[in-house]
This record gives sequence, structure tokens and C-alpha cells, in this order.
Amino acid sequence: MGFLDKITGVSWGVHPHDDHKRPAADVPLRVMPIPATLCVPLLQHVGAPAKPVVAVGDKVLRGQLLASAQGNVSAPVHAPTSGVVTAIGPVIAPHPSGLPFDAITIACDGEDQALPASEMPDPLSLAPDEVTRQIAAAGIVGLGGATFPSAPKAQLGRKHAVETLIINGGECEPYLSSDDCVMRARAVEVVDGIRILMHATGAASALVGIEDNKPEAIAAMRAAAKSFDAIRICPVPARYPMGSDRQLVEVLTGKQVPAGARTATVGVLVNNVSTCAAIHRALRHGESLYRRIVTVNGGAVMDPGNVLAPIGVMVEDLLAFVGLKETPARLVMGGPMMGAALPHALVPTVKGCGGILALSAAEIAKPEPSPCIRCGSCVSACPMGLLPLEIAARVKAGDYDGADAQKLDDCLACGCCAYVCPSHLPLVHAFYHAKGELWKRAQQKKRNEFTKGLAQARTARLEREARERAEAAARRKAERAAQQAAQAAAAAE
Amino acid sequence: MIGILSLSFLGLFLGLLLGYAAKVFAVEADSVAVELAEMMPGTNCGQCGLAGCTAAAEALVRGEAPATVCPGGGVALAQAIAAKLGIALSLDGLEDPGPQVATVAEEICIGCGKCLKGCATDAIVGAAKQIHGVLDEACTGCGGCMDLCPTGAIVLRPLPQQLKDWNWAKPAFA
Repeated sequence: MGFLDKITGVSWGVHPHDDHKRPAADVPLRVMPIPATLCVPLLQHVGAPAKPVVAVGDKVLRGQLLASAQGNVSAPVHAPTSGVVTAIGPVIAPHPSGLPFDAITIACDGEDQALPASEMPDPLSLAPDEVTRQIAAAGIVGLGGATFPSAPKAQLGRKHAVETLIINGGECEPYLSSDDCVMRARAVEVVDGIRILMHATGAASALVGIEDNKPEAIAAMRAAAKSFDAIRICPVPARYPMGSDRQLVEVLTGKQVPAGARTATVGVLVNNVSTCAAIHRALRHGESLYRRIVTVNGGAVMDPGNVLAPIGVMVEDLLAFVGLKETPARLVMGGPMMGAALPHALVPTVKGCGGILALSAAEIAKPEPSPCIRCGSCVSACPMGLLPLEIAARVKAGDYDGADAQKLDDCLACGCCAYVCPSHLPLVHAFYHAKGELWKRAQQKKRNEFTKGLAQARTARLEREARERAEAAARRKAERAAQQAAQAAAAAE
Repeated sequence: MIGILSLSFLGLFLGLLLGYAAKVFAVEADSVAVELAEMMPGTNCGQCGLAGCTAAAEALVRGEAPATVCPGGGVALAQAIAAKLGIALSLDGLEDPGPQVATVAEEICIGCGKCLKGCATDAIVGAAKQIHGVLDEACTGCGGCMDLCPTGAIVLRPLPQQLKDWNWAKPAFA
């Protein structure tokens, strides 16, 4: 952050004039009743999908392990309520493609029986490794949307000896207020979760960055953190994408995270406020991550607000709970800037889902794109200091390597460039497409190398087999010759 | 005795001469061709109609083959070759159906094992009189097994679309 920025405030990003967060943010938290069925996906995190440990027909209880983690970067999933497993297999994913992914379907019995509670020792008196193990066992992943498993992240922090935890209460996406709701209603839990995480990572202090458009959350968090000097509540300017880890780290610490590196390399670790609350619930109450607060908002929603919903609830059931005024023109999981458009409402929610938007036709009206006038608005808006217009020109020409050379890889896909573009160019869409093409190419290259290795191994094997056959034949011939010689010698005697 | 000696001497002399000639007149492989061959799938499947990947790379260097010579490599390889050789690329002739893999129609497979032996990447598994299967990740879609199969049980199909491979279509710019 430069000197000028210190005086004038941050220069990057955008500030939507109406963030649509209220009135939904001010409505008290509602608890959704258990629906008839739940679909708990196996891949709700970055890394390898969880492996089912239950079978179709099994009776499960709330909090019971459904699928265990596979590999280092993975997370288990747990049953959000009691019921019977009716299917383990593909359901449509909450993804614009409408393609399926694997999930465990539970027919809920409505009794919501929990596993017998066990005595929880004070996590602050446990060894950090044991705390990390418990975080992993509870299936906790980053709830800000990136869904990186929290336990390996804490281990990474320990390995890099991070000094400061950055707690992300930015929630810069318009419409969303689930983190705001967590901080207002559960500030004590969030602060306790921060203390547990500080213990697990060995960090000495924590900075909680909260955008200044959430005064109630700032007040609640200040009150909760009053007696802990190591935890500081830092209001930050409301500027999208303040909730992006790199931007928040730079604003709070002045340190810039190098391209392609993790924040741990500059001595900080970023965790979301909802993740901290989930850590508190897991380590103090033994509650695995099977429910979360979801903002249901948008012009088509009758009673927008925050809902404590089981993870894996069908979007359709969630929308039925809050009611719809009209048929939504578009459904989005996440915020309007970076969220994923849903193919339909028959998809389950996941751990990383902080919001479901049912938008009306007026909210998604989109003007036709016109040619780029090279005004440079996108350049000023880009929080990563990229040149979106230059990257887009290359993508348009099909020059993906050129786009890559313009550091497409550093693009956060935050959407600031497309938001400010006076020509309404589909910039983020183009960048997503180009990233996908480059990824496909890299995959194809890996595949080629793998098959080339197989072909070489086969050639080597065929040569070896031919040689061995020839050697065996020569040996047999020699043996026969020796035998004949011996017979001849015997005959001569 | 003289015969043996003279023949041995002749043999030795000619051998040395040949060895010397091989050193002095050694033909260095074209470094560009070597690099191109590295980029190729390397399975010598023969779909290009040339004698393997090295031959195709040499033909490319001599300008006798278009950048789109390798059907297995698809558009991505064609673009990489064109960039390497600095030639204009016309993708008209190349229809890229995307990655393809072979599949065995189990109801027609007689378990003869011919495809198994012919596969350049050992992508087909099975045994005599058993139905065979194809390992998707090892199959290059070269189609060599299709010609070997006596019952026509092997067909190519596009690699099944998975969530992680899905990509946005290129948007329409103004």
C-alpha cells in the first residue's frame, strides 16, 4: 500500500453504490427445520473427495461420520441430522455446468437424534497437533468460499512460523451477510475460535478485518475481544474485493503477498470469521461442520435474511423456507460478483456456500457488449494490478499463451473489471474461459507425458522379452549340443 | 593359413574404416526434429501415415507435413508446432473432437486378446477368453486396436465430461 493510498484510501476495486446487504442483514437469524431429504456431497473442499464409510440402508445419527478424508488435503463429511442413507452416487452439482458429482443422500427421520455427546477437554490446554487433529476430524474447511481444509492450513502456518492471524470479516460481496450475522450473533464464539486457532498455529496476535459498513458487527466483536489484548478488531474501508485474502493482508499489514505464493510466506495466515466460529463449536461442543449460516437474498425472495441450514439441503427447500415472490430469473450460489450461477434449484448446498441468491429479471439485466474503447477503467479497478483489456484482447484472438504472459494466472476473477467496463465486455467470462483452456492444455501435456512413458516402458519390455527368448533358445541349443556330445562320447566308448 | 590371415586382416581393416567413417561422417539428428518429436505423443501410432513420431517430426522440419499432421495431439499440439516452427496455422483441415478413448463393446468381445498385444501404451487389460477393458487414463485414442479387433467391438468415444474438466465457452465480444 503506497503512501498516497494511505491518504486517499485504497485505489483498487469498486464500490457498488447499493450493496443490497440490508434489510436481509438486519433480520434476526432463523433456524431452518430439517427437510425430508438431504444430499451431502463428498467433494465440498479443495483437494481429494471424501470416501464414504456408510452404506445404502444404514441408519445414521446427527454428527456421525459419513465419509472420511482421503489424503493430506481433504476433509470428512458428517450427517446433518438422523435418518437413513438412501443413495450414494451422482447428484447435480451446484455448478453452472449442470454436471453431476457424488453425494450421500439421507432420508431424514425428523427425530434429529444426535450422537452421544462426549466430554470435551479445554482445547487451549491440548497440544497444538491435537487441536489440529480435532479440527481435521470435524471436517472444517475455509467457510469464506475457498474451502481449503483448515487443518492443513494451520499446519502450514506452524511450519512457516506465522506471527499474525488475519481474520477475514470483510464480506465484501454485495447481498451477502452471513459473516456479518455470525459476528453479530456469535461474536463470543468467533473470538474463542480465534484463540483456539492462535494456539494451533502458534501465532502471537490476530487482526480481525471488518468492513466499516458493518458497525453492529464491529461493536459486537469489540465487546467480545475486549479482554484479549492479542486480538485486535480493525475496521477497514468497504471496498470490493476487501474480502480477498491478498487485499486484506495488504491493507492490514502493508505486506504484499508475492504472485503464486501463499500468505504464509509473508508470515500471516488468513481465516474467515465463520471458520473460527465453526472451530469453536467443534472443539468446545464436539459439533462437526454439518450446518452453517446461509444468506438467502435477492429480488425474488419474499423474506430475505440469514438462515441456519443443514449442509446438503436442496436449494429448492431453502427457497421454500424463505418464500419466493416470483419465479427467479437466475439462481446464484455465493455473491453476485464471484458466485456460481446454478442450473436449477435441485442442487445441494455445500460447506463453502455462504449465500443463495434468487435474482429477479430486473437485477440481471445485461446490456449488449460494444467494442473496447481502451479507457483503462478496468486497469484502475483491478486489485491485482493487471491489464484486463490487454488480456481480453489476447483471449479474443485465441492467443491463450499471450494471455498467460500477461499474468492471467494472477487474476482473482473478482469481476471488478467487468463491473466498471463502460463497453460491458464479458471480461471475467473470457478470463475463466482462457484459464480453463490453459488448464486443459496442461492436463493434455501431462497425459501425453504419461502415455509416452507407457509406450517407452512397453518398447523396453518387448525388447527384453525378445532378448530373453533368444537367450533361452541359445541355452537350450547349447544344452542339446552338450547332450548330443555326451551321447556321442558314450557311444564311442 | 594365408587365406585365414588375409581375410582376418581385411575384416579388421574394413571394420576400422567403418568405425572411423561412422565417427567422422556422423549425421547429427536435426535438433528441431528432436524437440518436435519430444512434443509428440510418442506412441508411434501411425495415424499420420508416417513411420512413427520421429519420422513425422522430420517431415515437419522438411516442410513436407502440415502442423496439423498429428491427429492424436489435437489442436493444442498443432498450435505448439506452428509456434515452434513459426508457420501459419490453418485449423480448417483438423477437426478436433477433443480427447478420445477406445471402448470395448462387451457383448461383442470374444476375448481373443489381439488388441491387448497391439496397444502401444498397454491401455487394454484382460486375458484370453475374458472380456477386455480400456484404462481411460492410459488410452491415447490412436485407434490402432480398432483395426486389430476381429469382431469390430472397439469404438472410439469422447472422454466422458467431468466436472473438473468443464470449461466456459468463449464469450462473444463486440
